[in-house]
Amino acid sequence: MNFDLSDEQKMLKDQVSRMLLDRAPPARLRELIDAGQDWDPDLWRALADMGLLGAAIPAEYGGLGLGEIDLCVIAGEIGRAVAPVPFFSSICLAAEAIRLAGSAAQKARWLPGLASGEVVGCLAVNEGRGFAGDRLEAAVSGDRLSGVKWPVSDAGVADIAVVVAVENGRTVLGLVDLQGPGVTCERLKGFDELRPHHRLAFSDAAFEAMTEADAAQVLKALYDRAAVYVAFEQIGGAEACLWMARDYALERRVFGRKLASYQAVKHNLADLYVYCELARSNAYWAAWAMETGSDQLPAAAASARVSATWAHEQAARENLQTHGGVGFTWAADCHFHYRRARLLALNVGAEEVWADRLVGALAGGDAR
Amino acid sequence: MDFNDSPQEAAFRAEVRAWMAKNAAEYASPPATPWSEAQIVALGRKWLKRKADAGYATITWPKAVGGRGGTAMEEVIFRQEERKYVLPDGPFLSIGVNMACPAIRRHGSPEQYQRFAPLTLSGDIVWCQLFSEPAAGSDLGGVRTRAVREGDNWIVNGQKVWNSWAHHADWAILLARTDPGAPKHKGLTFFVLDMRTPGVEARPIRQITGRTDFNETFLSDVVIPDSCRIGEVGEGWAVAMTVLMNERAGPRDKDGLVLRLIERARSAERPGGTALDSAQVRTTLARLYAEEQGVKYFGYRLLTSLSKGEPPSPAVAMIKLTQTHYAQLANAYAMDLDDFAGLFETPERPHQDQIFFEYLYQQGLRIAGGADEVLRNQIAERVLGMPQEMRADKDVPFDQIPR
Repeated sequence: MNFDLSDEQKMLKDQVSRMLLDRAPPARLRELIDAGQDWDPDLWRALADMGLLGAAIPAEYGGLGLGEIDLCVIAGEIGRAVAPVPFFSSICLAAEAIRLAGSAAQKARWLPGLASGEVVGCLAVNEGRGFAGDRLEAAVSGDRLSGVKWPVSDAGVADIAVVVAVENGRTVLGLVDLQGPGVTCERLKGFDELRPHHRLAFSDAAFEAMTEADAAQVLKALYDRAAVYVAFEQIGGAEACLWMARDYALERRVFGRKLASYQAVKHNLADLYVYCELARSNAYWAAWAMETGSDQLPAAAASARVSATWAHEQAARENLQTHGGVGFTWAADCHFHYRRARLLALNVGAEEVWADRLVGALAGGDAR
Repeated sequence: MDFNDSPQEAAFRAEVRAWMAKNAAEYASPPATPWSEAQIVALGRKWLKRKADAGYATITWPKAVGGRGGTAMEEVIFRQEERKYVLPDGPFLSIGVNMACPAIRRHGSPEQYQRFAPLTLSGDIVWCQLFSEPAAGSDLGGVRTRAVREGDNWIVNGQKVWNSWAHHADWAILLARTDPGAPKHKGLTFFVLDMRTPGVEARPIRQITGRTDFNETFLSDVVIPDSCRIGEVGEGWAVAMTVLMNERAGPRDKDGLVLRLIERARSAERPGGTALDSAQVRTTLARLYAEEQGVKYFGYRLLTSLSKGEPPSPAVAMIKLTQTHYAQLANAYAMDLDDFAGLFETPERPHQDQIFFEYLYQQGLRIAGGADEVLRNQIAERVLGMPQEMRADKDVPFDQIPR
């Protein structure tokens, strides 16, 4: 039995964690929000210089050629730090989509740039309310795309978008150069200012089809994988909340004793610990399934998603609660996670969707 | 990351499998007619002896005291292989091997160890535990059973409770108060007691399930020779801690519970379909499944750490906490799926009785072997490093603690 990260993966985790602590401390996050910035390009460059963006991209396309578990480890640390970079959009969605469904020429053209950070990608699927892909009106005709996609994470800093659309009643997947003609991008007023979301409007924009395969199946696989990466990001965030609350409770004194000595507080944090560990255990199972190509991935990814969402949301709420009034201030760090937990609970589909997919995978049928 | 045995572990597993195939063949499937309690005890004695003779009853014990000098992981592997059989096992065996013997070895004299260990491992004596009392459960240090010195003997009076299989036990491990004037943890002494001594009466307790797994045991002027005292007078708490560290009343493996619940939902008809069509049902099932699988894979992570030779983590507390949580909810939900009718066993639902039993039993497991609240304290204090509970009775003489 060796159901743990490898020593190298643990070193990677420490390395990324230390770097983010140094380069993206809470004061820097507040500075970016106050300045209305979409991201931290210096931090992006630093992540690229460490090779982290191309961790799971094959060496022939300029990456490190490590496995999916390594990417999960990095995602976890991004979540712990609430790092203001388009890592999830560019690496876990766009680069993954190109790896899964791109032609050899498309991989050769885009993956090296995504790995080096010079190109930022995003994924445009949703069209307003509902789960990704449930409603598709954006239409491709010939090599032109028209329609409106929102919300799209990090579209404001992205160079290219992987877009899901319909062509003659069939779901298709393709690439759009966001700098090209016929594309407009508008920032949405959102809940988590550290990860901006946008509305992309396409009007006869150039569309380069990506796959002959069934795009709906690719999208399903892509979302299973995305759910695992987000689960790690959520768990990183949840653990940050747990330990922040623990540290504060040990420092704060009320009625002549430490806040941490009250059983109500102890049991609350013990429950958060359990939620974090259950989620981490499911996420390891899912990361293992992803890296080994196991057919357990749909069930494992959905289990990881359900438990990580629960852990993150509970931890974000109870962390702020443990801090009391000070947690409600802008100066405290609780709000970064409180907002981010909601974003990550919904950005690849709400609990109802993943519960449906999970039971579908287990019951031997598809989701309803 | 993988789920494979190391080469050494694989070799040990193969050895155990071969041994089980040869020695446990008669237990490969459940008995045609269920065993009576007396049969379980009789067969259990023989099974333990067979295991002990091969060195598998005491895998982690040092070779010098009759053990195998093996690793904790080897013990886990043996248990995994054992679970593939239907064995005549029970607390009457594990209390002796895993609790009484290690405590006697660590705190007793070599003579005491020689007197009890061989007889225990050969199945000649089976044990029960006389620890808890009506007023000492999670707060075990509060035991009131009195042992008073009289020459070379101790005279014991009191009432014990939750004594599994005590009515079949030959000997007991007993925690009693020898100095009521000392603070509560300092006035305790540890004994072993021959259950056939006059004045010992084990009465089965009828439980919420209707079964009688436990006893209350009354001790009236019971005479225990001082040669049956384990450890020094007043050192009983330390001995009891050794015992409890070795308690393996661990929860049963429940993998598959939620898959069975999905089948129930699929067969529960609703207007226009089945319960499995409902988004709310699917969400409930998904949450339960995520909890069930999460704790299973958490167990694999603990095994990994054990396999690397790391000390046991106090986070193990969350396994029982989680398993009883989702199992109680899942068994309630198995009734909910059939609505009002879920409360009744009918020809279409012949196994509903098993659901009733599990729903009742899980509540007991939330209390036994570390109540939920105790386990949460353990996680908060030993994993998260939060302060211990304030104790109103700390350093107060036992007889001055308000009752």
